[in-house]
Amino acid sequence: MKILVALKRVVDYNVRVRVKSDGSGVETDGVKMSINPFDEIALEEALRIKERGQAEEVIVCSMGGADVQQQLRTGLAMGADRAIHVETAGAVQPLTAARILLKLIEKEQPGIAFLGKQAIDDDCNQTGQMLAALWDRPQATFASKVDISEGKATVKREVDAGLETIEVDLPAVLTSDLRLNEPRFVKLPDIMKAKRKPLDTIGLNELGVEAAAELESISFEPPPKRGGGKMVESVGQLVSELKNKGLL
Amino acid sequence: MSRILIIAEHDGAILNVATAKTLTGARALGVDDIDVAVFAADPAAVAGQAAELNGVSRVLSVAGADFAHPLAARLAPEVAAMAGDYSHILAPSTTFGKDLLPRAAALIGVNQVSDIMEVIDARTFKRPIYAGNAIVTVRVPEGGPVVATIRTASFAASEGGGSASIEERQPQAGDPGHTRFIKVEGSDGSGPDLSSAPIVVSGGRALGSADNFAIIYGLAKRMGAAVGASRAAVDAGYVPNELQVGQTGKIIAPDLYFAIGISGAIQHLTGIKDAGTIVAINKDAEAPIFEIADLGLVGDLFEIIPELEKAL
Ligand SMILES: Cc1cc2nc3c(=O)[nH]c(=O)nc-3n(C[C@H](O)[C@H](O)[C@H](O)COP(=O)(O)OP(=O)(O)OC[C@H]3O[C@@H](n4cnc5c(N)ncnc54)[C@H](O)[C@@H]3O)c2cc1C
Ligand SMILES: Nc1ncnc2c1ncn2[C@@H]1O[C@H](COP(=O)(O)O)[C@@H](O)[C@H]1O
Repeated sequence: MKILVALKRVVDYNVRVRVKSDGSGVETDGVKMSINPFDEIALEEALRIKERGQAEEVIVCSMGGADVQQQLRTGLAMGADRAIHVETAGAVQPLTAARILLKLIEKEQPGIAFLGKQAIDDDCNQTGQMLAALWDRPQATFASKVDISEGKATVKREVDAGLETIEVDLPAVLTSDLRLNEPRFVKLPDIMKAKRKPLDTIGLNELGVEAAAELESISFEPPPKRGGGKMVESVGQLVSELKNKGLL
Repeated sequence: MSRILIIAEHDGAILNVATAKTLTGARALGVDDIDVAVFAADPAAVAGQAAELNGVSRVLSVAGADFAHPLAARLAPEVAAMAGDYSHILAPSTTFGKDLLPRAAALIGVNQVSDIMEVIDARTFKRPIYAGNAIVTVRVPEGGPVVATIRTASFAASEGGGSASIEERQPQAGDPGHTRFIKVEGSDGSGPDLSSAPIVVSGGRALGSADNFAIIYGLAKRMGAAVGASRAAVDAGYVPNELQVGQTGKIIAPDLYFAIGISGAIQHLTGIKDAGTIVAINKDAEAPIFEIADLGLVGDLFEIIPELEKAL
């Protein structure tokens, strides 16, 4: 079985993102970029499945400009076998991303397409579900535990009510939640080795994907600020403030 | 044609309040006809509750044994089959809506608008990105319905008093057979619901153990509050995952929120931005939580909480 993992290049989660003063977007110049944390977790899980002897190959892929190759190299250094870069002019929205991933799936025939549950830049939380729909295969989203056996995946999902367990036939789309695992650290020799692993670039037009109608981003603004806080000196003062506000 | 379809969230017996909040978002669109679809093994009770919500014109009640658990792979084709009659298809931005609606959107062939927090006009919306560090205004292109999830913390629940008609509909798709519900494990349901409670008391990594977390439960009980937690507290196993508040947990808007031993990481704050009053208790006067707290108290939570309980 092959596992295809989608890695998105995003602003690192530690960066405090700022909206540009003209409202045209967010400041990304000179900002640290990383693999979307959920995707790193998806890759870690794929590698563990392979290490348990339940998969033969882990392929990482990413869509975007040439710089996404940095994240693909990191994925290779973590242990993926090869990488596919689908070159697109700019960011792709979820439905187009799903259509591209479907093309890769048709080519590679993976048993699992592993995505993050959401990209921490657009916070869309759509691509995996869309891919599963287009592929007409099961989806197990928000996975916090995955067991593979006999052509099936048993997945614990983090849902509002608690933990839901579902069973899906493979091939299927899985999307990772944060508690699925803790990704390994990349070691220096692995970075060297990763340089020799195959990384193919495919142009979007070669895949014959029809881009979906995109949502138009009209303007960006910082979130409304919360009013200035007040420090209290004692529990007594806290309680009386809350009483004054009519909250107790 | 302007007509809105809302996909009801429920547990088979009770309509989830997230649906009433989605309805409020729908009413902001300025479209008069709002239908609510209830997919259930036995939809009668839930359909009745949906029909009582003010602003609903029709409830579409769809019965099917394989609707007993809401599986996206089973429900998405049903939603897509209804889509032709609607200008807008909405679901709450809960794990139910997040799982289902993108799958339906892809079948319909449109991108989804996730987490609408404000309606500008029928096709223009504000939504948070970058864990709430930025708000983007997006416009949905013509040529297909608007498929969107509604950020429930941004809208109050619609009130009752309505009397919509209830129409029975037949399922349009079959069970794909490749996805099976096994079980769901969750809290016992005692105590107020975290997503809708007026007061929430949350604890963080500082609690140090599941046993110590009892002090948070105690305070919450005393105040009739729901219990929440930071990711660090959930990861460490102090409390179950469904208590996590934040970017990847629950986005909540209680009147009063207590952040106790929580540093205030951006991913946590995004879950509580709409809270009425935020109280922070932290022993580190420099903790970022104090930058957004309305009332801050510096000190050791293990001393402050017992004192607070006494003072209440
Ligand atoms: C992609 C992504 C998504 C995430 N999603 C979420 C999310 O949804 N929700 C979330 O919460 N986090 C989320 N996180 C994690 C987040 O970045 C923080 O790591 C987390 O919120 C920290 O939890 P904490 O405040 O409990 O722990 P810490 O940051 O360790 O803070 C503990 C605090 O307790 C204080 N303290 C210690 N002892 C005491 C005492 N005795 N009395 C009083 N105060 C004390 C300390 O001063 C400190 O401020 C996410 C991270 C990533 C990368
Ligand atoms: N441009 C991209 N390149 C690689 N993976 C992507 C891309 N866009 C989305 N994905 C995958 O889809 C997941 C969900 O993204 P989203 O629906 O945008 O929140 C991400 O965690 C990635 O695994």
